[in-house]
Amino acid sequence: MLKVEEQQPVEFSSALLEKFDELVKRYPEGKQKSALLPVLHETQAELGWLSPAAMDKVAAYLDILPIEVYEVASFYTMYFLKPQGKYMLEVCRTGPCCLVGAEKLMGHIEKTLGVKEGEVTADGLFSWRGVECLAACGFGPVLQIGPEYTFYENLDEQKVDKLIEDLRNK
Amino acid sequence: MGRKLLLEHINVPGINTLEVYRQKGGYRSVEKALKMTPEEIVEEVKKSGLRGRGGAGFPTGMKWSFLAKPEGVPRYLVCNADESEPGTFKDRYLMTYIPHALIEGMIVSSFALGAKTSYIYVRGEMMPQIRILERAIAEAKNAGFLGKNILGTGYDLELYVQPGGGAYICGEETALLESLEGKRGNPRIKPPFPAIAGLYGCPTVVNNVESIAAVVPIINDGGDEYAKIGIGRSTGTKLISASGNLVRPGVYEIELGLPVEEFIYSDEYCGGIANGKRLKATVAGGSSVPVLPANLTLKLANGDPRLMSYESLSEGGFATGTMMGSGGFIAFDEDQCMVRNTWNFSRFYHHESCGQCSPCREGTGWMEKVLHRLEYGHGKMSDIDLLVDVSKKIEGNTICPLGDAAAWPVASAIRHFRDEFEWHVKEPLKSLDTNYGLANYAEPIAKAAITTEN
Repeated sequence: MLKVEEQQPVEFSSALLEKFDELVKRYPEGKQKSALLPVLHETQAELGWLSPAAMDKVAAYLDILPIEVYEVASFYTMYFLKPQGKYMLEVCRTGPCCLVGAEKLMGHIEKTLGVKEGEVTADGLFSWRGVECLAACGFGPVLQIGPEYTFYENLDEQKVDKLIEDLRNK
Repeated sequence: MGRKLLLEHINVPGINTLEVYRQKGGYRSVEKALKMTPEEIVEEVKKSGLRGRGGAGFPTGMKWSFLAKPEGVPRYLVCNADESEPGTFKDRYLMTYIPHALIEGMIVSSFALGAKTSYIYVRGEMMPQIRILERAIAEAKNAGFLGKNILGTGYDLELYVQPGGGAYICGEETALLESLEGKRGNPRIKPPFPAIAGLYGCPTVVNNVESIAAVVPIINDGGDEYAKIGIGRSTGTKLISASGNLVRPGVYEIELGLPVEEFIYSDEYCGGIANGKRLKATVAGGSSVPVLPANLTLKLANGDPRLMSYESLSEGGFATGTMMGSGGFIAFDEDQCMVRNTWNFSRFYHHESCGQCSPCREGTGWMEKVLHRLEYGHGKMSDIDLLVDVSKKIEGNTICPLGDAAAWPVASAIRHFRDEFEWHVKEPLKSLDTNYGLANYAEPIAKAAITTEN
């Protein structure tokens, strides 16, 4: 993940830095590291993924070591350490959703988008993956789409086709 | 109709706004509680008999009374809204539709505990709920229920929402605190318990969303009134998340003590098994509790009806019983494959193990691989006992309960459905469920598992 060629400099917008400043105020003095998870969410929402250069910049902002950022970013599933499609379709693949058809739906998405789990479509618009329980088990199958994490419940193949079509035409 | 304390107004349009919530009696408990002493509030919660609704079922009032109160050290209340136990989705529902119920409970509870800053740790995937809560907090602050000098009483409280990063383990309270401190969610060794050394090493109480929301009716009506609802030591109401092959899955508020049969089959609740099928098995309290076959779900070993209560669900220990857990009720119909479902749960626990303890880190992966090869027709008869053996070696040998949570579904599925596991070995082609769209989806793992022969 720390390949030299990926170390392209990044710039954070002033709006993003303002958000950081707001977030850090939520914690006691000297405990600014607590802002790390929300700061990484904000950074990813702006840049699409967390490059090593972006993580280094976050470390400098929070006055912590870069390794403290890497270990967190690589532990949690929501942080992308490589570029993804503009829209990341995350389908719940856990027990209750599978009881009502989630696995079939994943097969359908794979076929429709023409890329395997974790890959990006040629136009850069989509990637998809199965994720563990999204806590909406009674309304499965479900999927969510980052970076806003809009949520869709009680899905079937037709509804997913429509969803993908709408995103393509957006 | 059972009494509703949390979801009574769920269908009122606009109940997510402060204005409508107050019209329905919201924030009365704050006005009342701030005139009481913190000790009196803790006493009411103790009298109510409320038990932690996140899964462990520990008495909330007692947990509160353990909080250390050294001079000059801040205390914290942290709400655990990191809901991601398969089968459990009640907290998400509550936060989506009645966010003020949680905020009101946070204010009363924070005052009782002497906390000046409180956090609601919400799992990161719930971004829409995070936005809902932040909007509701801003409304409450504008109305003088949060911030400096609340309602002129001199009490100050700041309330913040903290997003997680996507990790089931952060539902474990010490992992949650680590995460809130900006670290990986590795559970801490206990003791010390958070009540002594929690967030930033300060005394901290961590409570589930539903537990905190339940403090509101307890203060409004009194702990004794709350304790009158329910059965025995299972007092009050409980949110049950119902999923799987049911006619009407969803979130229901029940009075504890409701017969399980009534919950599954009556029209007031789940309305029976979907598509006219028969019930095969259930998981009563979220994926981490032991699975039960239909007969033991509905009846105790002695033939009495099984009830939705902490005691009745665990009646008979793990041989013939299960646990209330978080109230995540999953129903499996007669067509469901228990091997495939056990594999699915095992994959979940393998994926979510934080990797800190060897038995869990290695054992969950081992169980997943063995279950996968059984499901995909490459299993051996000895694999079944191997699974039991591995599950026993994980159980009780880890820092946090994730190891137990990974072991129990496997051990209980084999206990009650052993013949189905054997059938997968005897008839590998017949048992492979080709009805799934992704038959090849995880096939490479199976091949790897076979070549490495555990």
